[in-house]
Amino acid sequence: MIWLGIDTANSPLSVAIVKDDVLLIEESSMMKINHSLRAMPAVEEACRKADITPSEIDAIAVSEGPGSYTGVRIGVTIAKTLAWTLDKPLYGVSSLKALAFNGQLFNGLICSVIDARRSNVYAGVYRAKGTDLVSVLEDQHCPVAQLLEKLKECKEAVLFVGEDVKLYESIIREHLGKQAYIAPFALNVPRASSAILLAQSANQPEIVHTFTPQYKRITEAEANLMKKGSSYE
Amino acid sequence: MKKDHYILGIETSCDETAASIVKNGTEIISSIVSSQIQQQKKFGGVVPEIASRLHVEQITLVIQEALNEAKLVPSDLVAVTVTEGPGLVGALLIGINAAKAFAFANQLPLIGVHHIAGHVYANQLIHEMEFPLLALIVSGGHTELVVMKSHGSFELIGETRDDAAGEAYDKVARVLGLPYPGGPQVDQLALMSDEGIDFPRAWLEKDSYDFSFSGLKSAVINYKHNMEQKGGKINHAHVAAGFQQSVVEVLTVKTVKAAREYDVKQVIAAGGVAANQGLRKSLTAALEKEGIPFYVPPISLCTDNAAMIAAAGYEMWKSGVRNDSSMNGRPGMPLKSWN
Repeated sequence: MIWLGIDTANSPLSVAIVKDDVLLIEESSMMKINHSLRAMPAVEEACRKADITPSEIDAIAVSEGPGSYTGVRIGVTIAKTLAWTLDKPLYGVSSLKALAFNGQLFNGLICSVIDARRSNVYAGVYRAKGTDLVSVLEDQHCPVAQLLEKLKECKEAVLFVGEDVKLYESIIREHLGKQAYIAPFALNVPRASSAILLAQSANQPEIVHTFTPQYKRITEAEANLMKKGSSYE
Repeated sequence: MKKDHYILGIETSCDETAASIVKNGTEIISSIVSSQIQQQKKFGGVVPEIASRLHVEQITLVIQEALNEAKLVPSDLVAVTVTEGPGLVGALLIGINAAKAFAFANQLPLIGVHHIAGHVYANQLIHEMEFPLLALIVSGGHTELVVMKSHGSFELIGETRDDAAGEAYDKVARVLGLPYPGGPQVDQLALMSDEGIDFPRAWLEKDSYDFSFSGLKSAVINYKHNMEQKGGKINHAHVAAGFQQSVVEVLTVKTVKAAREYDVKQVIAAGGVAANQGLRKSLTAALEKEGIPFYVPPISLCTDNAAMIAAAGYEMWKSGVRNDSSMNGRPGMPLKSWN
C-alpha cells in the first residue's frame, strides 16, 4: 500500500511517500517559496527518488487547511486532481491536526497555532490517543486572547506547536504562565507523513469532486455583504 | 492514415472554470464552461478570492465532463494545455496545478498558453487562419491590434493607453445602473435606439493604432451629472447608443486602416467584446467594403472558454513548446511569439 502525502497549507511545504507503513521519503521545507513553483516538482521528485510511478500510488492524504488560502488550494487542487484521474481514495486532514501530531508524545494538551494576522490565529487543541489525536477544542479562527482564556480554564499543561507560536510567545506566557510549553523548532515543521498517518485512522475517504479546503473563514466580500444585511445565503 | 491529435485545454483565468478537448487544433470535440456569474453577481463584479474558491469546487468535474462528452480517456490525449496568464493569479493557479497533476498522473506534456493567444486562436476553430492576418482583441482587460505573419508570431501594433474597451462598457453600465455584467446590456440598450448622444472619439496621434477610452467614459459620467443638475431626465438608450457609436467607430476605423497598411489576408476579432453586436455589424460592413475577409467566432467562443486554449496549445505543441511542473501563474504575462 503506497501513500502520497501533501501539505502546502501554509508557507512550509511537505511531501511524503509511505509504503507499507514505512516512510520512504519526506521532503519538508520551511522556506517561503511560492508553492506553485515547488509543490508539484516536489511530488514528482519524491516519486522519482522512491522509484514509484503515479499509477502505483494507492491513496492520497492532503492537508485541507486552515491556513493560507492560496497555499491550501494548491495542495488540495493537486491532491484531488491526482486522486480523481488515478481513481484512488483521497483523505483530507486538518492542517492543525497534522501539525499538532508533532507533539504526540506530550503529556497534556497540544495546541497547534497558525497566524491569521491582526492578533487572530487559526488554532486547534488536541490530546494524543494512541497514534491518533482527539480534538479537545475544534479547529477555529479566533482572537489569540480568546483562545488563551479557554486554555486557561482547562487547567492543564499545554504544548504550543507551530512556527508562528513565537509571534505570540509573550502573550501566551502572560496568560498561561507555567501551564504553557513552547515546542522547539524541530517540532514546528508540518510533516506530510503525519497527514498520512492521521488519514489512515479516518473512516471514510472524501468525495473527490466536491472536496474543498477548510478555510474556517468566509471571505471579506461575503462578510461585508452580510454586514450590509443583503440576502447572502 | 494520419493520426488524430487530441489536446486537453484548461482555463481558469477569471470567473469561468472551463475544460475542452480539441482535435487537430481545429475541431471542438467537447467544451465545458462553468460560469460563476450567478455567484459573483451579488458582489457587483468578480471577487478574486471567491473566484478561486469556486474554481477548486469545479475543476475536476469540468475536466471529467470534457473527457466524458468527448468519449475519450487521458491516454488518447497528446498534451495538456492551460492558461498560464494573464488573469487573476489565485484563479490561474487552480487550473495550472490541476493541469500539472493531470499531466504528471497521465505522463503527458504540459504547455502554458497565453490567454490572449487563446482568444486569437478561437478563430482557428471556425476558419483556417491565413497569414498575414490582423487580430483585433477586445475584452474586459484588453484592447489590442496584433499582426500575425505566421502561427505563433505576434506583433503588437496598437493597444489601449488606459481602460480596455470592455472595462469602459462595464463602467458605463454601472453609470446607467445596469446590473453586472453590464457590457452586453449596454450593447442591447444601444441596439434599441437609432439616435445617440454625441460623445467624443479619441483618435490620438495621426499614425497611432493605440486606443483610449477613459475620456469617453468621463464624458458619459459628465453628461449624466450635467443632466441631473439641470433636473432633466437622461434617455439611457440614447446614452448607450452614443457611447457604443464612439467605441465602435474608433475600433472599426483603426482596424480597417491597419488592415490596409499591413496588407493582410484576413481580419479576425477576438475576446469578450467581440461578442458585441454593434461592433460585429460595423466591422463586417467596413471590411466587406475593403474586400478583406473578416471572421469573428460565435459568441460562445468569444467569451472565456478552454477550446481556444487547446487550439492555441495545439500549435505550440506542434512547435515543440513545453513547460515543466514549476509553471507559475503569471497575472501580467506579456504576449510573446513562440515561433
